[in-house]
Amino acid sequence: MTPNQTDRIATQLINFLVLIVVLILLFLLGDIIFSGFPHVSWHFLTSPSSSFSAGGGIRDQLFNSLYLLVLTLLISFPLALGSAIYLSEYAGNNWRTGLIRTAIEVLSSLPSVVVGLFGYLLFVISFHIGFSILSGAIALTFFNLPLLVRSIEGSLHAVPDSQREAGIALGLSNWRTIRGIILPAALPGILTGIILSAGRVFGEAAALIYTAGQSAPILNYADWNPTDGSSFLNPMRPAETLAVHIWKVNTEGVTPDAVSVSAGASAVLIIVILIFNFGARAIGNHLYKKMTGGK
Amino acid sequence: MHKKTLISTVVAFSLAGLLLGGCGSKSSQKSASDSTKAAKVTKITAVGSTALQPLVEQAAQDYQASNKNVNLTVQGGGSGTGLSQVQQGAVQVGNSDIFAEQSSGIKADKLVDHKVAVVGMTPVVNPETGVTNLSMAQLRDIFTGKITNWNQVGGKNQKISVINRAQGSGTRATFEGAVLEGKKAITSQEQDSNGTVQKLVATTPGAISYLAFSYVNDKVKAVSIDHVKPTDANVTTNKWTIWSYEHMYTKGQPNKATAGFLKYMNSSKVQGSLVKKLGYISIHDMKVTKNAKNVVTK
Amino acid sequence: MDEIQKKLNAPSKASREDVIGRIISYTCIAVIIALVVSILYFITSRGIATFTTNHVSLWQFLTGKQWNPGTLSANGQPQVGALPMIVTSFSVTILAALVATPFAIAVALFMTDIAPKTGAKFLQPVIELLVGIPSVVYGFIGLTVVVPFIRHLFGGTGSGILAGTIVLFVMVLPTISSLAVDALRAVPTYFRSASLALGATRFQTIYKVLLRAAMPRLLTAVIFGMARAFGEALAVQMVIGNAVLMPHNLVTPTSTLTSQLTTNIGNTIMGTLPNNALWSLALILLLMSLVFNLLIRYIGKRGEIKS
Repeated sequence: MTPNQTDRIATQLINFLVLIVVLILLFLLGDIIFSGFPHVSWHFLTSPSSSFSAGGGIRDQLFNSLYLLVLTLLISFPLALGSAIYLSEYAGNNWRTGLIRTAIEVLSSLPSVVVGLFGYLLFVISFHIGFSILSGAIALTFFNLPLLVRSIEGSLHAVPDSQREAGIALGLSNWRTIRGIILPAALPGILTGIILSAGRVFGEAAALIYTAGQSAPILNYADWNPTDGSSFLNPMRPAETLAVHIWKVNTEGVTPDAVSVSAGASAVLIIVILIFNFGARAIGNHLYKKMTGGK
Repeated sequence: MHKKTLISTVVAFSLAGLLLGGCGSKSSQKSASDSTKAAKVTKITAVGSTALQPLVEQAAQDYQASNKNVNLTVQGGGSGTGLSQVQQGAVQVGNSDIFAEQSSGIKADKLVDHKVAVVGMTPVVNPETGVTNLSMAQLRDIFTGKITNWNQVGGKNQKISVINRAQGSGTRATFEGAVLEGKKAITSQEQDSNGTVQKLVATTPGAISYLAFSYVNDKVKAVSIDHVKPTDANVTTNKWTIWSYEHMYTKGQPNKATAGFLKYMNSSKVQGSLVKKLGYISIHDMKVTKNAKNVVTK
Repeated sequence: MDEIQKKLNAPSKASREDVIGRIISYTCIAVIIALVVSILYFITSRGIATFTTNHVSLWQFLTGKQWNPGTLSANGQPQVGALPMIVTSFSVTILAALVATPFAIAVALFMTDIAPKTGAKFLQPVIELLVGIPSVVYGFIGLTVVVPFIRHLFGGTGSGILAGTIVLFVMVLPTISSLAVDALRAVPTYFRSASLALGATRFQTIYKVLLRAAMPRLLTAVIFGMARAFGEALAVQMVIGNAVLMPHNLVTPTSTLTSQLTTNIGNTIMGTLPNNALWSLALILLLMSLVFNLLIRYIGKRGEIKS
C-alpha cells in the first residue's frame, strides 16, 4: 500500500468515526427535541407547575434555571478569573502551584450528591442560608470552578508572551498588561469555558436537590424588590430548576402527564442551552472585535 | 479607554456578586422583617420523604394563602435526612415514610409523631408473566430467592427478575415488614424511586417489584395476594396488609405555627380531597391502627 | 527637591496597580483553597468514621463482597464490603474511556486538521451542547433505549456494565473531545509544516508527528474523561441495576460506588454505620480522583513539548 492509499483510508476512517459520533449526537438531540417538542406550547412555558393534575407548565423552573446560572456565574467567574490569573501570571512553576492545581481539579470529579450534601450541611443548615438559590449557586460553584479555572488559564496561556513583553515595554504595570492586553486576547477561550460550565449548571440536578431545593413556591414577577419573600429576584428563596424538575417528575411524579412534562422540559432545556451557546458566541465575537481593535 | 472600562465593569460587577454572596444571610433576615411589619413571620422548614413531599408542598401552598404569617419550605432529601435533621433541630418538621423507632440512630422518644396519610403498596409484575394472584408464601419465596421461575407459581416459563427498593427506604421497610417475616431478601437490582421501578417493571420481561398504589398504571400488573385485591378499601380494614403511614415528626411538641400547619394537614379539607387526589388514603378512613412493631389493632 | 525625592522613592502608580492586582488574584486563590480544604476535610472526617468509630477493618472494607451495612454478619461484624462496587466503578470507567478515545481523537483530528471550518461551525457547538444535557435525561434515554436493546441482544435484564459503559461513553465524549482538540491545537504549526515539507502525507503527519507530540495532553484528556465517568451518578444509577454483586459478565446487574451512594444516602440516618459507610465510599471516590489527577500531572510533566 502506498502512503497515499494509507492516507486516503485513514481519512475515510476518521470521517467514518466522526460520522458515527454525529449520528449519535443527532439521534440524542432528535430524540429529545422530537419527543418533547409537541408538548411545548406557550401555555407550557408560561404556567406554573402542578403537583398532581395534568397541564402543569415550567415557567418558574425555567426562570429559576436562568437565575441560578446568573448567580452561579456571579460567584464563580470572578473567583475563577482571579485564580486563573494567579496560576498563569504570578504562580511559580513549583510544587505549591502543582498542589493548588491538583486541589482544584479534584473538585471536578466529586460526585454531585456529595457536594450537594456538603452544601446542605454547611450552607443550608450551619450558615442558616436555608434552601435557596444562593445555596444552590454556592454548591454549583464547586463544579464550575475547576472547569472555569482550567479553561481561563488555558486561554491566558495561549496568549503569546510577546504580548506581555510588549505591554511591559510600554511601561504598563503587570496588572494593567493583564487587564488591558491579555484578557481581551483570551476572551474567546474564556467564553468557551463559561459556555461549558453553564451547560453543567443547567444540567445539574443531584447537587441542587439538597441545596436549592426541589419545590418551587409561587413567584411574583411584578415584585422587583429582591428582599421580598415572593419576589422572583429574591436569591434567598428555594428554587426548583428545570433539571431538578425533570428528575422529580420522572422519579416521584404523580401527575398523569408526567412523561410529556419531562419530555417537554428536556426539549426546552436543550433549546435554551442552544440559544445560550450561540448567543454567548456571538457576543464573544463582538466583544473580541471591539476589544482587540479588529475590524 | 473603552476596553478598560468594560473590563473594570466586569470586575466590579463580579466583586459585587461576591459581596452579595457573603451578605446573603443578612438580607434574608431583613426580608423577613420587611415584609411582616405588623405580624411576625414564622419560618417552618419540612424536609424528608420524597414520596410525601408533593402532598405537604401542595398543602403548604394552600395554607400560606390564608396564613400570611407563616413561611413554609417543603423539601425532599429522603426519610433518613428528614429524621436526622429534625432530631438535630435543624428543621422543624421531618417527613418520613417509616416510624422513627424503626431506624437505628434515632431517639424516637424525643420526637413526636404526626401521621398525616396512609399509603398502600402492591407487588407489581410485568404483564407478560401471566400472573395475577400470588399467595403470601409465594411472594415471600420469590423475594427470598426460593422461587426463580414464573411457572412455579402458575405463570409462563420465564425467569423471575426481582427489582427491590433501596435498602433503608421506607417502601422497602414496609414491604419486608409485611411480607418477608424477618427473612432476608436476595441481593438483586435496587431502584430508589417509584417512577424508575414502574418503568423497569413495565419493560423488563419477568420482572417483579412493588409500588405505591398511585404509581400503578396499565403498563404494569398489580398482583392480588391470596385473592385480596390491592384497593384503598381493603387497606382501611387491613385486609390488604402492605401499607404504611406517612409521618411528619417534630422534635418535642411543635411550636404554635407548626402546630397550626399540622392541624391543617389533619383537617378534613386536606384529608378529604388533597390526600385522595395525590393517591394516598386518608388517615380518617382507617379502621385499624398499626404501631412501630407492625402490630395492628382495630 | 524633597518633593522629587519623595516621588522617586514612593511606589509608582504602575507598581501600586500591580499590588492591587496581586491582592485580588491571591485573594481568589485563597478563597478557592479554603473551599477545597473545607470539602476535603468534611468528606475525610466523615469517611474515616466507619473505621474509627464503627471499627470496621479497612482491609475488610476494601475486599469484602457483602454490602448490607444495616445488618450484622454471623460473626457480629457489619457487612460492609465495597469490593464489588470498586470493581464495577473501575470497569465501567476504563471501558467507557477505551471506547470513547478513538472517537474523541477522530473528532478532534477532524476539527483541527481535516475540516476545521465545518468542525468549528457545526461540531463544536453540538458537542458543547451535549455537556448541558442533564444526567437524568441521559439516564432515561439509557433506560428506555440502551437497556432494552442490550436485553434484546443478550437476554437477561439488560442492566449492567455494558449499559453503563454505553451511557458513560456518550457522556465523556464531549469532555475528551474538547480536551483533545486543545491538545492537538497546542502542537506548534511548524511541526505540521515541517512534516508536510518533508513530503509526508496528511496521515503520516498525523500519526508520526501530531499524535506523538500531543500524546501527553491526549492522555490527560482521556484521564479527565475517566475522572468524569468515575464520579457520574444519576445516569449510571438508572442503567447499572444497583445490585451489590460482583460483576460476572458485562450484562448482569451490579452497582458502582456512585450509584450506591446516591441511592441510599437520603435513606440513612446521619452518624450511623450505614451512613458512615456511604461517606467512606465518597472518600474512595475522592482518593481515586486524586490518583487520576496525580497521573495527569505526572504524564503532563514527562511529555511537555520543549520548543
